[in-house]
Amino acid sequence: MTSDGGDAVKVVPVRHVGRWIAGAVMIVVVAMLVHTLFSKVSTGQTSCHTVNGLRTCHPVTNWRFSWNIVFHYFTSSEILHGLLLTIELTILAMVMGIVLGITIAVMRLSPNRLLSSTAWSYTWFFRGTPVYVQLLFWFNISAIYQSLSIGIPFTHVAFLHINAVSLFNPFRAALIGLGLNEGAYMSEIARSGLIAVDEGQIEAASSLGMTRGQTLRLVVLPQAMRVIIPPTGNEVISMLKTTSLASAISVVEVLGAAQNIYAANYEVMPLLITASVWYLIITTVLSIGQFYLERHFARGAQRTPPPTPIARLRQDARGILAKFRTPRPAMTREASA
Amino acid sequence: MSVDVVPMVEARAVCKHYSGIEVLKGVDLTVNRGEVTCLIGPSGSGKSTLLRCINHLEKHDAGELLVDGQLVGYEARDGKLYERSDKQICVERSRIGMVFQRFNLFQHLTVLDNVTIGQVKVKNVAPDAAATRARELLARVGLDAKEKNYPSQLSGGQQQRVAIARALAMEPKLMLFDEPTSALDPELVGEVLDVMKDLARSGMTMIVVTHEMGFAREVADTVYFLDRGIIEESGDPRQVLTAPSSERLKSFLSKVL
Repeated sequence: MTSDGGDAVKVVPVRHVGRWIAGAVMIVVVAMLVHTLFSKVSTGQTSCHTVNGLRTCHPVTNWRFSWNIVFHYFTSSEILHGLLLTIELTILAMVMGIVLGITIAVMRLSPNRLLSSTAWSYTWFFRGTPVYVQLLFWFNISAIYQSLSIGIPFTHVAFLHINAVSLFNPFRAALIGLGLNEGAYMSEIARSGLIAVDEGQIEAASSLGMTRGQTLRLVVLPQAMRVIIPPTGNEVISMLKTTSLASAISVVEVLGAAQNIYAANYEVMPLLITASVWYLIITTVLSIGQFYLERHFARGAQRTPPPTPIARLRQDARGILAKFRTPRPAMTREASA
Repeated sequence: MSVDVVPMVEARAVCKHYSGIEVLKGVDLTVNRGEVTCLIGPSGSGKSTLLRCINHLEKHDAGELLVDGQLVGYEARDGKLYERSDKQICVERSRIGMVFQRFNLFQHLTVLDNVTIGQVKVKNVAPDAAATRARELLARVGLDAKEKNYPSQLSGGQQQRVAIARALAMEPKLMLFDEPTSALDPELVGEVLDVMKDLARSGMTMIVVTHEMGFAREVADTVYFLDRGIIEESGDPRQVLTAPSSERLKSFLSKVL
């Protein structure tokens, strides 16, 4: 800023006192948290050694959060097997949920009243009952259907018989329960995405001679994705954690594995922490994936795509460096001339 | 135009209503091959609806509408009208280009992909050949340097020129323009009209819904004035626009000119 005389006027920035106080409080809270996470507690025992004839005793301490036990079980084969099952269940149930969800959303928006009301009823039913109850239901389905058969409806003609107990093993019961339930939530997400696409896009596609299917596949869905992806990312993260309910129908996923271990050694807290840390790690990886996926589907919606976190860090670093660099106006002027 | 040639578009007593409101009340219109026809009239007069009936984006309720000698949306056989299948309607539409007021470019595709997608997915043209043709058309509308851009990175005038290229890529026999310059800043109108004039000179059959009277006077072979769903007046633009006979057209022109 310059005055009329051309001299630079000193600018005094506003002091944000409130921000400083809030910052100080947060630092104290974080410090307390870190301190308690890595604090040690006395076990009530003492250990004594004799060195050079001198006997010294000191109390035995342990990590409050038993990090040594957490570390010990963190990569044990039971936990890793459980983790694999958790990831498998998450991926398969989400795939099932997304495919079902998009199908139901398209049905819901169909001009055919039978299709749209069927879709509505589906969402009503699966959103209206707890997923835990649904899992128990599929796990026990063989109580009401001893076998399933494929044939002509309302006749005794059947081409294929399947035993329900073997079909609905714990893993499959969990998968079907989680997937069907997810389909209901995904259908609402997909529907909001489909509605968000401008009507003019559909008209333009029709005027080029595209069929309804082509219009949906090539024009509407890719643009709906921009709206569908962020909440779907949340659904994946939520699904990852919901799979822990499968432990209730004897699927040994990561929580089930932790439970099996602490049932034998009573180290309840360390094993719950082990499972939690694994959930956190996968959630973090998923969040990073979500960021790049959102960026990909934002093509065309924004004039300039948002910078990646790495690019943003680089930008910040450059900004800070620029602040500290001494300006050399005379030299740059010569260089440009 | 010789008399024995079938006109490109022929409308006889076309009617259309939306939930009780009559938008078209028996419209007659003839568009010969290679001619430019302008539809003018106040908003709500049914111009856009008529245009949209021609490529069956809207279904007309009564009357006969023929494009290239064929009934739009129906087939006449054994004295009955059979509604055409969706697939047949798609084939018909692919031969009629349409340009919209709001451009309606596919936002998720680059400029080049906007111009190739119809060729590749509807006409089954090989991607390479489609890209070559798309580049020719983009050069023709002066946008060959923008092929990698997304629509949101272009000005309204540029987007509309891409939209024209997209429609031309289908090698249409007829081009429909629905108020192509109404959503543009005034200084961008000219660049779009220039492309359309160039297209008219090349012999394309065009129907243009427009408020640009200068364009209508300069380029149109025939002007139709629609008001409240009927054609009030039609004919040579010099006649219709400079010496209107109906009172309605006189008052309309006094407001827009």
